[in-house]
Amino acid sequence: MVAARKLDPVVDRIWVVLAEVPDPEIPAVSLVDLGIVRAVEADRVTITPTYTGCPANEVIRTDIRAALDAAGFAAVAIETALSPPWTTDWITPEGREKLRAYGIAPPLEAGERAVVCPRCGSTETAEVSRFGSTPCKAQWRCGACMEPFDLFKCH
Amino acid sequence: MPSLPPINPEDEAAAAVKTNGGAFEPHAEHHDRPLVEYLQRLGDDSLILGQRLGEWCGHAPSVEVDLSLANIGLDLIGQATFFLNLAGETEGADRDGDTLAFHRDVLDFRNCLLVEQPNGDFGQTIARQLLFSTWQHLLFEKLTGSANTRIAEIAAKAVKEVAYHAELAGEWVVRLGDGTDESRARMIGGLDWNWRFVSELFYSDEVLTGLVQRGIAADVAELSGEWDRRIDAVLFEAKLERPADQRPILGGRNGHHSEHLGHLLATMQFLPRAYPGATW
Repeated sequence: MVAARKLDPVVDRIWVVLAEVPDPEIPAVSLVDLGIVRAVEADRVTITPTYTGCPANEVIRTDIRAALDAAGFAAVAIETALSPPWTTDWITPEGREKLRAYGIAPPLEAGERAVVCPRCGSTETAEVSRFGSTPCKAQWRCGACMEPFDLFKCH
Repeated sequence: MPSLPPINPEDEAAAAVKTNGGAFEPHAEHHDRPLVEYLQRLGDDSLILGQRLGEWCGHAPSVEVDLSLANIGLDLIGQATFFLNLAGETEGADRDGDTLAFHRDVLDFRNCLLVEQPNGDFGQTIARQLLFSTWQHLLFEKLTGSANTRIAEIAAKAVKEVAYHAELAGEWVVRLGDGTDESRARMIGGLDWNWRFVSELFYSDEVLTGLVQRGIAADVAELSGEWDRRIDAVLFEAKLERPADQRPILGGRNGHHSEHLGHLLATMQFLPRAYPGATW
């Protein structure tokens, strides 16, 4: 959400702090990479849930609170916004790359058809299950390297 | 027993000075009662089905199905949290979503009868999921345009999740219906068991009609045409016959539940009732 950034040194410092907070379920990416941090102002941070029932929602809030407190931003409030609903389009390009490197195929972008195996790059892949180890992922397998992998679902 | 509304000291004082002692005066309402009712209906549908699906955890036919049902259950409980928190906030009686979930008794629940039905075998569970998720998806699509922006926001968030639930259930109905003799027989049995609770999904009462007029609720009668079309399409692909319509069974929206709900609540509510305020 680059558009939300302003040339305010306090806001910039908060963004830097948040960029270091890992997602509790997928620690390879930060909450900023995933687009969970929607906006930052000098006195408040607005976050959005990925899935309504994601068990990580509470942990995310606690982790952000801890990071803000540790960086001296104890007075900055955390607010949750449901609208507009979170979409995988908000995952940053860096976030997509980090997911791939971690072994999770990033969500397909508009126009993309084939799911690429994050391990060997093959497109000879098939869905095993629509639901994976977390609400946001599906289970896939690669027909070339024969390894299973997670696909971050388009949402 | 249903929880009695709290006694308001002002009402009591007002009743004392009335000639008939206040008898037969309707309890004075200080909040939007129909809206609270409606939010409880929405929240309870999701909560009870979410709890039911949780019963499959560790027992599903395969690990993939186990994960699927648990994830659908989580989505539903997430929706329930939003709707019941909003119900509590609207009511203004210091009850949040957790209080409503864990400290109401059977007669205070407002979910439809379909969601409280026992899991049965996998076919029965999947039949229930198809019938309910197809309806809930259509309902949430409508509610994204609700005049109540909080409801519209929750619906817009949840509709994306529910589309997945309906799709997954539909795929399994096709796989089982067009599978072996055994899977087909179980799928037919599952649909037959659940079918008598379908009419309640499209039933309107005063609470609902009033809220539809205010632009807050969706008119469920308007959903039935598209629901029929979607269900028929899945059944056709699964080579299954649509079950014959049965005598409608109503009552869930008014707290008249089947015997199954009390047992579900006994499990779900045990811990917070036995150890009030417990945290870990």
